[in-house]
Amino acid sequence: MDASANFEALPRVRYGFLASQTAYVGLALVLLSLAITWLAPAFMSIGNLINISKNFSYVAIVSLGATLVIITAGIDLSVGSVMALVAIVTALLLSWLSALPVAKVPGLPTLLSVAGGLSAAALIGLLNGYFIAVVGLTPFVTTLGMLSICRGLAYVITQGHGLAIAGPDSRLFYALTDGSIHRLPVPLLYLLCLGGVTALLLRHTRTGRYIYAVGGNEASALLAGVPVTRMKIQVYLISALLAGFAGILMAGWLGSVPSNLATGYELRIIAAAVIGGANLAGGVGGAGGAIIGSALIEVIRNGLVLARVNAYWQDTLVGVIIILAVLLDRLRSRRLGR
Amino acid sequence: MHLALLQLQNVSHSFGAVEALRDVTLAIGEGEIVGLMGDNGAGKSTLVKILAGNFPPKAGELVWEGQQVHFSNPRDARAHGIEAVYQDLALADNLTAAANVFLGRELLRRIGPLKLLDHRAMEDRARGLFRQLKSETRAEMLVRQMSGGQRQAVAIARTLLARARLILMDEPTAAISVRQVAEVLQLIRHLKNQGIAVLFISHRMPDVFAVCDRIVVLRRGRKVADKPLAATTPEEVTALITGALEAA
Ligand SMILES: Nc1ncnc2c1ncn2[C@@H]1O[C@H](COP(=O)(O)OP(=O)(O)OP(=O)(O)O)[C@@H](O)[C@H]1O
Ligand SMILES: [Mg+2]
Repeated sequence: MDASANFEALPRVRYGFLASQTAYVGLALVLLSLAITWLAPAFMSIGNLINISKNFSYVAIVSLGATLVIITAGIDLSVGSVMALVAIVTALLLSWLSALPVAKVPGLPTLLSVAGGLSAAALIGLLNGYFIAVVGLTPFVTTLGMLSICRGLAYVITQGHGLAIAGPDSRLFYALTDGSIHRLPVPLLYLLCLGGVTALLLRHTRTGRYIYAVGGNEASALLAGVPVTRMKIQVYLISALLAGFAGILMAGWLGSVPSNLATGYELRIIAAAVIGGANLAGGVGGAGGAIIGSALIEVIRNGLVLARVNAYWQDTLVGVIIILAVLLDRLRSRRLGR
Repeated sequence: MHLALLQLQNVSHSFGAVEALRDVTLAIGEGEIVGLMGDNGAGKSTLVKILAGNFPPKAGELVWEGQQVHFSNPRDARAHGIEAVYQDLALADNLTAAANVFLGRELLRRIGPLKLLDHRAMEDRARGLFRQLKSETRAEMLVRQMSGGQRQAVAIARTLLARARLILMDEPTAAISVRQVAEVLQLIRHLKNQGIAVLFISHRMPDVFAVCDRIVVLRRGRKVADKPLAATTPEEVTALITGALEAA
């Protein structure tokens, strides 16, 4: 007799989105937004929502990459400094190229300077990945070193001052980095595209499956023939590229690049990923979580301002939310018996 | 004598100062079930990992169907039809049963320019394999939430995916219930009937004597016996494992 009959009798369990920390935090985000609206109705105005979504896009874009790194049980502390260094490289290239014959071709200086900035980001990511995946240094120490190296370079290059985004091609640069389409700020549109691509990558491609496998059980991934080294290098590369891209967007937003751009952002970025459900022990996390986590942090900040509470409370509240989110996940796992 | 499917010639391996394998020469015939026994640390798992392509031996040769082969990773070994079930099962417990079964050889479907995971096909196929193994394992269940027997089924199902010629099983019956042991042994006989050779590692004498054609004993990295089942007894094998008997 076929024994399959009694399998079908077992309860069907789904382990999808609704059972995840991301869903809980998403719910918290909605409730918090409603609470803030009740305190300060201006919160729900279109203008304010657009403002919020633009503000958190920068952190969220980087947090997507941080999430990939965290899923492999790694960490990337260098992202804040990479944002600054790449923005500086891009701004320098833009003004330098404006003085050259290429400036006669409209758009070319922008294109080349962004490509140059992203190449710098790729180089940093590859270095991180090489030291971590090939040499075998710990991610924490490697990227802590890179944090310092990149920030140091940012100060050296700018001599501690800021760099303006200028030149004949800067209008295009501003349009691409700080424009809006149907009132929607382009950083938000970039975020949505990159978030979609990251979600697709994680859930529906072999690369994504391997990223989870590396974080879940690196030894077994290796035994199964997963190219673990390549996967690790890839996540640090993507993390640095996204950080660099967000840095370029911020340069367009600010109109100049201060050498202390995005100082301390690495913690906010990692906090966003963790609030959204990424587990520093590896193996768990998602694109939606990174975005929701980033949004939650910004909503708290914005809400405090609108409610005329001292904005300095933000860090304290974010800290409480981090611990609450992880605590909630722990309680839920215990109930599920794992 | 069968045509030797796989031959190891004077294979040695060491981890630093630890000599895990010393000068081991061994042949496995087509469709043959070879029991590999030995005390803890005798070198059994090391042998399996070398055959499965996890690392090359420090010395000696592997000969597959008369041709010398070098495996630089598990894919190479699999390409020749060698599959392994590892002692620690080697599963990623944050992934589902189906994802683990297909880890490293995911089924893909083409959508426009993209190649995406074919979740449905992998789950269906995994479900079929679990049914074949008569295991109550759900394809979409996370390994983290599974029992020892269910994990075993996932690990064995992995080997059934490809058309394997040789399956290496490192203590597949160590962590499971009596009923499941009987099922695993039945499965091994079933593999033999299909002409698949099995290298079966176990500390459990009755299991080895129930299914094997031949028994090989390792002691401190050396091969100390290699006998057809009919020519030996559990008592002799025990003595060989412990060293009470030098060699046979
Ligand atoms: N990766 C490694 N690094 C260092 N030493 C190792 C490694 N793997 C195995 N060894 C050593 O090699 C020897 C053989 O180990 P192996 O795992 O092959 O034994 P085994 O016969 O499978 O034992 P058991 O029955 O306990 O599974 C042991 O002394 C072990 O400590
Ligand atoms: Mg072993």
